[in-house]
Amino acid sequence: MTHFPAVLLFALFASVVFGITQRETPMQMLRYGIYCFALFTGSVVALSWVMFLIAR
Amino acid sequence: MATTPNNTASAQKESKEGFVYLPLIAGWLVPGAGHFLLRKWGRGALLSASIMGMFAIGIAMQGKLYAGAHDILEVLGLAGDLGNGLLYVVSQLLGLGADQVRVTTADYGKVFIVVAGLLNVIAAVDAHNLRTGRKA
Repeated sequence: MTHFPAVLLFALFASVVFGITQRETPMQMLRYGIYCFALFTGSVVALSWVMFLIAR
Repeated sequence: MATTPNNTASAQKESKEGFVYLPLIAGWLVPGAGHFLLRKWGRGALLSASIMGMFAIGIAMQGKLYAGAHDILEVLGLAGDLGNGLLYVVSQLLGLGADQVRVTTADYGKVFIVVAGLLNVIAAVDAHNLRTGRKA
């Protein structure tokens, strides 16, 4: 397994748990889970570009 | 359905009866079991699949299972691993997981296992909050 699929799986599982445990209703859980997943993957992509630019 | 004072009183009484820490302990020992005890089948199944999946991926990546506590970092890793409850105990008994990090993916695997344990603790506390009525 390469880095990116590992990150996606990590983000998916963590987002499911965060969504269920941190919100009350199913719709709020779904929205918060998607929000966490987007933050996880978005920050990974952004930090990867930062590291790429630093390494050049 | 409208909530009457009688319904509310009986719900509060029901939530105070029995051993309130059972969902917390069950949820810690087996991921999702705390929610299953409270008949939250969907939430329990999702939590169980997520935490067990994360742990299994960590093991498959030859992640390290912390066994001792020789320095502060190992203590923290062991604390995270212990959050997996019986998954950790069974894996130790079966000799799963690597003793030392030998391949690159093992480092990620180690993190998967530790984070699965921490997420399981959060899920178990959530089950406890549902049991006590702190969360709906």
